[in-house]
Amino acid sequence: MKPAAFGYHRAHDVTDAIGLLGEFTAAGAEPKVIAGGQSLIPMMNFRLARPDVLVDLAPLRRDPTLTAIRREDGALRIGALTTHRAVEVAGSALGRGFGVLAEAMRWVGHLPIRSRGTVGGSLVHGDATAEWCLLALLLDAQIVAEGPRGRRLIPAAEMFHGFYTTAVAPDEVVTEVRFTRPAPRAALTEFARRHGDFATVGAAVALDTGASGTLTGGRVVLGGVAPAPVRVPEAEAVLAGGTPGPELFDACGAAAAAAVDPPTDAAGSGAYRRRLTRTLVARALRQAWEKGNTE
Amino acid sequence: MTPRATGEPRRDPRFDGRAGRWVGASVPRREDPRLLTGRGRFVDDITLPGMLHAAFVRATVAHGENLRVDLSATRAVEGVVAAFTAAELDLGDIVALLDRPPEEFAPTAMPVLARDKIRFSGEPVALVIARDPYRAEDGVEAAVVDCDPLPAVVSEETALAPDAPTVHDEAPGNVLVDVSMFDTPGVDPAFEAAGTGGGCVVEVHTRTGRQNALPLETRGVVASWDARDDQLLVQTCTQVPHQVRTALARSLRVPERTVRVTVPDMGGGFGQKCVVGREEIAVAAAARRLDRPVKWIEDRREALTAAFLAREQHYRTRAAFDAEGRITALDVDVVCDMGAYSCYPFTAGIEPLMASAEMPSVYQVPEYRVRARAIASNKAPTAPYRGVSRPQYVMAMERVMERAARELGLDPLEVRRRNLITRFPYTGVNGVTYDPGTYRESLDLAEAALRDEGWYDLRERAGAEGRRIGIGYSCFSERTGYGSDAFAKRKMTVVPGFDISEVRMDTTGAVVVTSGTMNHGQSHETTLAQIVADRLGLHLDQVKLRQGDTERIAYGWGTFASRSVTIGGSAVSLAADKLGQRLRVIAAHLLETDVDNVALDGDGGVIRIDDPQQRLSFADIAEVAHLRSHLLPKDVEPALSATASFDVPGDGTFSNATHAVVVETDPGTGQVRILRYVCVEDCGVVIHPKVVDGQCRGGIAQGIAGALFEEVTYADNGEPSAGSFIDYLVPTAAEIPDITVSHLETPCAFTENGAKGAGEGGTIGAPAAVLNAVNDALRHTGVELDATPIHPETVLAALDAAPARLEEASTAP
Amino acid sequence: MSDKHLIELTVNGTGHEVLVEPRRTLLDVLRHDLGLTGTHTGCEHGVCGACTVLVDGEPVRACLVFAVQAETADVRTVESLGRDGELSDLQQAFAEHHGLQCGFCTPGFLMLAEGFLAQRPDADRAEIREAVSANLCRCTGYQTIVDAVAATATRRRCQSAPQEETTP
Repeated sequence: MKPAAFGYHRAHDVTDAIGLLGEFTAAGAEPKVIAGGQSLIPMMNFRLARPDVLVDLAPLRRDPTLTAIRREDGALRIGALTTHRAVEVAGSALGRGFGVLAEAMRWVGHLPIRSRGTVGGSLVHGDATAEWCLLALLLDAQIVAEGPRGRRLIPAAEMFHGFYTTAVAPDEVVTEVRFTRPAPRAALTEFARRHGDFATVGAAVALDTGASGTLTGGRVVLGGVAPAPVRVPEAEAVLAGGTPGPELFDACGAAAAAAVDPPTDAAGSGAYRRRLTRTLVARALRQAWEKGNTE
Repeated sequence: MTPRATGEPRRDPRFDGRAGRWVGASVPRREDPRLLTGRGRFVDDITLPGMLHAAFVRATVAHGENLRVDLSATRAVEGVVAAFTAAELDLGDIVALLDRPPEEFAPTAMPVLARDKIRFSGEPVALVIARDPYRAEDGVEAAVVDCDPLPAVVSEETALAPDAPTVHDEAPGNVLVDVSMFDTPGVDPAFEAAGTGGGCVVEVHTRTGRQNALPLETRGVVASWDARDDQLLVQTCTQVPHQVRTALARSLRVPERTVRVTVPDMGGGFGQKCVVGREEIAVAAAARRLDRPVKWIEDRREALTAAFLAREQHYRTRAAFDAEGRITALDVDVVCDMGAYSCYPFTAGIEPLMASAEMPSVYQVPEYRVRARAIASNKAPTAPYRGVSRPQYVMAMERVMERAARELGLDPLEVRRRNLITRFPYTGVNGVTYDPGTYRESLDLAEAALRDEGWYDLRERAGAEGRRIGIGYSCFSERTGYGSDAFAKRKMTVVPGFDISEVRMDTTGAVVVTSGTMNHGQSHETTLAQIVADRLGLHLDQVKLRQGDTERIAYGWGTFASRSVTIGGSAVSLAADKLGQRLRVIAAHLLETDVDNVALDGDGGVIRIDDPQQRLSFADIAEVAHLRSHLLPKDVEPALSATASFDVPGDGTFSNATHAVVVETDPGTGQVRILRYVCVEDCGVVIHPKVVDGQCRGGIAQGIAGALFEEVTYADNGEPSAGSFIDYLVPTAAEIPDITVSHLETPCAFTENGAKGAGEGGTIGAPAAVLNAVNDALRHTGVELDATPIHPETVLAALDAAPARLEEASTAP
Repeated sequence: MSDKHLIELTVNGTGHEVLVEPRRTLLDVLRHDLGLTGTHTGCEHGVCGACTVLVDGEPVRACLVFAVQAETADVRTVESLGRDGELSDLQQAFAEHHGLQCGFCTPGFLMLAEGFLAQRPDADRAEIREAVSANLCRCTGYQTIVDAVAATATRRRCQSAPQEETTP
């Protein structure tokens, strides 16, 4: 399975990348940015994706802001070219509020995929089950996109349009992701029939506690139940003021399951996905709660 | 010739291969040094000067007629050198036959490239040759293929429906094979008696999903015309080189001697490569036509959708039991979906006829009726896949045992014990004679292992906590070393069975052995060498195996049906013995004594029994035989070469095993996790213990795959659903547990080494054991599963429907 | 549009100049342009791992890298293991434990294991099994592959800490 022919250019820096994208778009060609390529290249090998030109961001890895992980104003900023593996090994260095990012990386494919694939690449690919897409919604990410019209911050809530389309324009380059909502009690869990596969359903949750340790609310994000990853306010409403424990967590899971209308496909029926939603939300909540208890 | 003095007297000259130093030991593998360093040579590693690359245009509808292929745009693609349709290549069809009357078998022909009719999505319709594989694929993309679609046959139900579309005109009703192999007179009376006499009648319908043997190396070929040798050289990863030669020569309408097939290193086969494919024939024809080497390497999408498939079977099994739980009659109807064509050389009969012949399994079944059909459908054709029908009929029989146990209120292992064959030889109602095995003993040991490890206790304790743990077993035998008698019984017109070996010693006393078997991961280079080294009393390093060359090997059937060590190993043994005899005759002459007074000394030489100090090394003898042949005895030919053949008489030899499995079901997802896997097996004398363990574990992994993960599925219009590894779920190390393999040893009385085959047992027993374990975990739900692969969704639905006391446990991680 | 690029690849410590079109994968360049056929093609969509090589020390699927992307990287293939005709400790362990049968997946597992153990020398058996689950094998059932990698990890840990008790 060999890809269709394409032109190839290496961008020296972000400005160069944007320039190349604009130049080819104006010429009527379809350019595509390539970073790790772990999502794009399989699709190209199947000839499902056939860009006319690839703009390789690899040289941009020399730019430390594009591969840096740093705290600023209470938010965690991750350079778009940071690999999943780099986030995974950062571990507790991410800080208490963002540890879930490192923990979630074990769900991203396998080690060789994580060694090459990037945070930015995953977000722009926009797969509804992708861990980074769920985490973006969970932690109120802002996706920093730079293009001919300048720089803009795309809130996660506006980012994912479904079916692998995002708010990032074809002539923009994502340079950074800023996670603005620290969540010390957060967890992500998935179900797939085989280890390392794309999730049938994935759940990312966060529990918010008040000063006295009571639950003030939370966040419930699902992947695999709709064309895009979704927040489930009906489930989140169950958490506010509740007493943390198996009963509450299951009730939240049930509310999430009731609120979604998942598709039926080879991986499972809509009813099964609903059932998985209930299980995974409850389990994720339990993990998130116990994390807070041990820290 | 002055014998050289030696040191210590040598050991017992009545040489017993089993007492030798190689057989029975896990010696370092001869294959490993090159495979570990990336110096193996697989077909895609081969490059010839001027080599071109082939790709196939394939049908995208499952059933159609009036095929029209326009290659004008293809030929205009940059880098495309040629493109051919069926008409342009004009090749003979591949036809596989059974010697059975028309009401039992409908012969059909498989064209190399489709001509008018399309019979499965993925069927090759044109061949594109280009400078490199990228451009070949560009060329394929530019082809325009059109046909008039016909309704597709994608299931047993549609195939057998009264006004079903016909896949082959020669097979009305889509029946390729319909054989009622047995119908003993006591069947119906036994069912009647069971209904009235305190026994029971159980009926089980089992289904197994279509699977892909999926070797990690896809199929491939490099074909080139050698003008100097006046020969078409076909280098291909096939398990059956001589069959490829025959089918290819026939299709190209050239004399067989102008075709040479050689086999490089192979990345697995599992049966998918033991049939002749259309692609290698088309590519060979193109190479001849263009007078340039042409390479074709199947890509993974083709391998998943258009390669040979297997195992889609449906059993309706009725069994009668008396009040003591002994089976009194078995009545089975088997339907095997064999896809669009009969494969060569085995035909579409391969699955149904094996099921019919062997279904009674390891049990004493007094009355037996079976009808088995092969149906045609618009899917990629079925070829043998490790175990063939045995995983399926074992699953059916093991479900029957479980169901009978439940009906009669007996322990399911006890029901098995009351029915297992324990006295040998045993000639069954199916006319097959089973040589000695350890059916009962392996069950006892497997059960003891699980009990001793505390799994039964855990199952009870865990049950109280709401954890659903299940224990399941399967008992089965594995017929190995099918000789020509056994294959002839199936009425195949191409009757595999024998193997021929030549053992040739060079002037230095080292030996080259040929075998008609075909290694593709089974370690023959090591195991067959171990056998010969022991027979002759040579160091293992002095023995080299050659396989996979129709020029070097007089004739061979390749490797399938676990025949290599039983039949191939026996042939090499006999050839080695013959050579050993020749060495003794020459040595006796040179040592001036009778041949009864000399013996192989077990260390590369021949000694006088009455005076072991008088010794000739093999090198000494070889020097005479080649370089000083005037010193040979008058009636002995020069050089040192011996040929022998071996065939298994009668019904072959039966390995056996019991698998015992513990699973846990996840109450929130329905996921099945294997907690413990125990295999107690008996394959007779073991040549190389680690190799046998590896065959067991690898086979079990494929069996688990069939039980829980893998299935080739189709849309209603016949489009295959899984075109990538994302959809076709090959288990990883996370899904396959550690497996304990224990061995019993019941030597085979009629193979030269006492070995039985060991290649397929793992796949045969695993699906039934896993299915039984899952059913045990679900026993509280009232739901019984009789189909594989088992979907977590199905398990979860059963768990969710069970009584409410499980609810509180459903969210536990 | 699909002009060829002259690139320099560093493979197993040696520089190579190759003229490639952009769509030519690193896997195909290694195998067919550089003649390093030890790395194998199994699926061309990044699941089976038979094509695993080390890129800057990390295990990577060569079918998911275009050769043009690898120009500044240090690429290592199975041919770089072992020295002077001697098998490396990892290769030896695979042989001892019967961690290969047909050998087609083996180079990919060797490079995966090398890359993984370099990052996680203290990995226990469970972690090793999870790492090994990145690649597919059709012959062995994986157990002996896990055994071989675990044995190598243990051996290397013992060698780097000779004063400690070695576990059998």
